[in-house]
Amino acid sequence: MASVEVRNLSRSFGTFKALDDVSISFEDGGFYALLGPSGSGKTTLLRLIAGFGYPDQGHIAIGGESVERVPLEKRNIGMVFQSYALFPNMNVFDNIAFGLDVRGVPREDAAREVRRALELVQLSELETRRPHQLSGGQRQRVALARAIVINPRVLLLDEPLGALDKALRLDMQVELKRIQREVGITTIFVTHDQEEALTMSDRIGILRAGQLVEEGAPEDIYRRPKTRFAATFLGEANIFEGIWTDGRLRLADGTLLETAPGAGRGATGEPGCCLIRPEQVRIAGENDGGTGNRLEGRITRRLFAGNWTTVFVDYQGKTIRVGQANTDFLKLEDGSKVTLAFSGSNTIPLQS
Amino acid sequence: MSPLTRLLEVVGRLFVGLLLAFLYLPIVIMGLMSFNASPFYMLPIEWSTTWYVQLAGNAQLVDASLYSLKIALATALIATTLGTAASLALFRYEFKGKKILQALLLPPIAIPWLITGTAMLVFFFGVGIGRGLHALILGHVALALPYVIIVNNARLKTFAPELEEAARSLGANQWQVTRRVTLPWIAPSVVAGALFAFAVSFDQFVVSYFLATPGQTTLPVEIYAAIRKGFTPEINAVSTIIIVLSMALMLFTARFYKFGGND
Repeated sequence: MASVEVRNLSRSFGTFKALDDVSISFEDGGFYALLGPSGSGKTTLLRLIAGFGYPDQGHIAIGGESVERVPLEKRNIGMVFQSYALFPNMNVFDNIAFGLDVRGVPREDAAREVRRALELVQLSELETRRPHQLSGGQRQRVALARAIVINPRVLLLDEPLGALDKALRLDMQVELKRIQREVGITTIFVTHDQEEALTMSDRIGILRAGQLVEEGAPEDIYRRPKTRFAATFLGEANIFEGIWTDGRLRLADGTLLETAPGAGRGATGEPGCCLIRPEQVRIAGENDGGTGNRLEGRITRRLFAGNWTTVFVDYQGKTIRVGQANTDFLKLEDGSKVTLAFSGSNTIPLQS
Repeated sequence: MSPLTRLLEVVGRLFVGLLLAFLYLPIVIMGLMSFNASPFYMLPIEWSTTWYVQLAGNAQLVDASLYSLKIALATALIATTLGTAASLALFRYEFKGKKILQALLLPPIAIPWLITGTAMLVFFFGVGIGRGLHALILGHVALALPYVIIVNNARLKTFAPELEEAARSLGANQWQVTRRVTLPWIAPSVVAGALFAFAVSFDQFVVSYFLATPGQTTLPVEIYAAIRKGFTPEINAVSTIIIVLSMALMLFTARFYKFGGND
């Protein structure tokens, strides 16, 4: 187990800058998600930490030891690939034992370790199966067992659940989290699925175009993102654009929005934007006074999704999403006028 | 079924029948004649093993056979080792001139052996390699290499590079990765490549004709010389032995393919 430090890391492929001066720390024992659209550099970052290729510039340290020039096979990391990359010529047991065998661990000790890993991933009865005889979820578990049996300093997961169907993915999320807690290993996983990142990780790093845009705990990033990219990439977002006026945002129609304090606030006269999450917006009753931001709009569409209803409200030609776990919403009619209310403390100023 | 389809089916069956007949009948006849006591192919067959007995006494044919076998085994061993290593290098690494190198593999297969053989003879004499066993092996390896590499390349196309990455991430060094992960996957093509190399060498007439020293020649060259002097059924006998052996080898390989393959 070890912490991972990445400092000013850059890597180009030809003229394409896959990673551009990225610095990020992964604390010992934490569960980190690297989130971003494809081409954002998240996989490149993971592969550089693993040791697939070397950075053009920058430093990587695992457990305080500088590793950027250490070859992959000497880094003692556990890696799980999206395709699982199980060895087709070996059965489950031999797949898991591989890392111990090449280290010269005596057969008996290796067997004990392998059995323990199999127990951890709950596959004890399948040790003689071949990879092609396993289901997707079982292959995933074997890949995980194979990576952790060598007692690596860091566990790296490259879109580990990407190849599974949705129901299985949810099961494996819970399972992966349990195993990670049990082993207590520093884990970094790459995903493009924001929900997966939110539910599983202790911290999320969001990348775009080779740069780390924002990093923090899931709840913080979701509730109080600093950048417009993070706000829109992670979850649903209503973004208002306007001109900053003494810490308030003046919209095109002159309405002033109260905002929470934050670095995203610009000086008076500067253009800027702020975020309000759909679930933070209320549809106010007629005699509902109250403070905070209030906007008049017209309902255009309602979307019922079982435990959740989203109402689309047109405000000055802009669609605002209002989401509630409230079926009363269904009684509202399309085209009716409504007042939207949301507090200034939930209105987050953003850097664009 | 319409009459036309029926007709087409009959024609199709006839075609396949003729095809098989032309492929295998001469071989079957040769095999039968090798057991016929009459040297003039008289029918009915009078069963006898005289030609096999005579073959055993024919030092020249036996020598040529063993010489061919020796060269073919050496060629298969060397060409398979070098060719497999080359395939792995082409699979793993990106380097300058890789495309050109890969393209250069194909012409030797298309160039007539007569031309290759002449070119080799001229070249070998020019640089002082000359003729003889070493020249034969050198020449045969050069002929066989492209086959080995191409067969292995085709198999490697089905190999997922992440498997090597995974093995390395688990701490395996280059040799362990190759031996325990990559080679098991390409084992069928390594064996197939070795068979190709063996066949290219064992069948080789033109290049061997040029590169063998007059006193010591290979089996195809010896058979050619024997036919020119006057055909004897001993040739049928030696050919039958070769056919039986090579068929056995092929069947064995087919089995190996089945069990070596994965899905």
